[in-house]
Amino acid sequence: MFEGREPIYVQIAEQVRAEVLSGVLGEEEQVMSTTQYATTYRINPATAAKAFAELVDEGVLYKRRGVGMFVAAGARGRLLAEHRARFFTEVLDPVLAQAAVLGITADQLARHIRGSAADSSAADSSTTDSATEPEGDAR
Amino acid sequence: MSGYPVAARDLTVRFGATTALDGATFDLPAGGLHGLLGRNGSGKTTLLSTLAGLRTPSSGSVLVDGVDPFENARVMGGTGLVRESGDLLSDASVRSNLRLLGDIRSTWHADRADELVDLFRLDRRKAVSALSRGQRSALGAVVGLASRAPLTILDEVYLGMDAPTRQLFYDLLLADVIEHPRTVILSSHLIGEIEHLLERVVILHAGRVLLSDEVDALRAKGVTLTGAASAVAAAVDGLTVVATRDLGATRQVTVFDDLDDARLARARSAGVDLGAVPLQDLFIHLTGEESR
Repeated sequence: MFEGREPIYVQIAEQVRAEVLSGVLGEEEQVMSTTQYATTYRINPATAAKAFAELVDEGVLYKRRGVGMFVAAGARGRLLAEHRARFFTEVLDPVLAQAAVLGITADQLARHIRGSAADSSAADSSTTDSATEPEGDAR
Repeated sequence: MSGYPVAARDLTVRFGATTALDGATFDLPAGGLHGLLGRNGSGKTTLLSTLAGLRTPSSGSVLVDGVDPFENARVMGGTGLVRESGDLLSDASVRSNLRLLGDIRSTWHADRADELVDLFRLDRRKAVSALSRGQRSALGAVVGLASRAPLTILDEVYLGMDAPTRQLFYDLLLADVIEHPRTVILSSHLIGEIEHLLERVVILHAGRVLLSDEVDALRAKGVTLTGAASAVAAAVDGLTVVATRDLGATRQVTVFDDLDDARLARARSAGVDLGAVPLQDLFIHLTGEESR
């Protein structure tokens, strides 16, 4: 837990955002209090409070006085839009840079992407298959 | 009650020809769980004794809740210093010691002390001198937690505990400071297990304050870069390097500096792996022999 390089409060906020994105935390669902969070994950309460304050500022969570903190309505949609926008620059661009270093062409990439997209829609047993590199593919 | 803020200003303490503290300056805000980190002989115990009002500075000052603690009945009464050696009557039983503490400490919670003695499975009838090192440490933790002092100072108390007992202690400490907010200073040279519990840390080295900052901020400044020696060398150019290791053609460099994301992104695209620097490693690098 919290092995990353970022400050702990950034990692906590990111973890909550990921849970909202994946739907593990539903909208209007109550989240752990900072106290519960601090004791469960054994972290400083001020650090947990800072993460939750940031999520409230962003509109991912909101406070109900005396009750606790909840996932805001529309939070998932907003996070989806932001993460989609960032996906190309933050996730895909480094992959493409690495592909360029390895001399993998755009055609090969496109074929791989279409292949795994077809696999995952065609069969539910293809999850390990789509992760293998082209050379390892014996079919 | 949310605890006493603590400050040191150019604090110097000399014993004859020895300078134990040499111009130490730092601030710890009220109501947090903070760490004091230093190697053996770095001045930790001298600093904590001065904060507890047990000795006077040779020059400079300390402020506890805004006042000089030396011979100040109010803040000395509100400060609980627990040392590993234990400031207890060693020939008296655990029970008598706890009763005595209840008589002299206004903030003492006898019920809490009783619960903690059970949780740590201490034998109330045993004399303190008959306890094992681990049991004496646990008794120190009981005293520190049950005193609920607005400034609670635990000087190396958990070093004698075994791993499961330390975990129990961390959990109890965290729950206790959340429920009864106060200022707690944990001092040690061993902090790998507690770095996430701490809000701020003061690192002492040879009587000087090497660092005083939020643990999260220190974390953001530390990074290890691992990769081809030339790529790593280019990535760390101009940054403060605290450790370098060469493993064949691969170099691993630990940096402690203000880091900008663009530089790190460039390093990553040049094939350099970035990793976190645990506080304990940073401490070792900053206070190790090769850095002084």
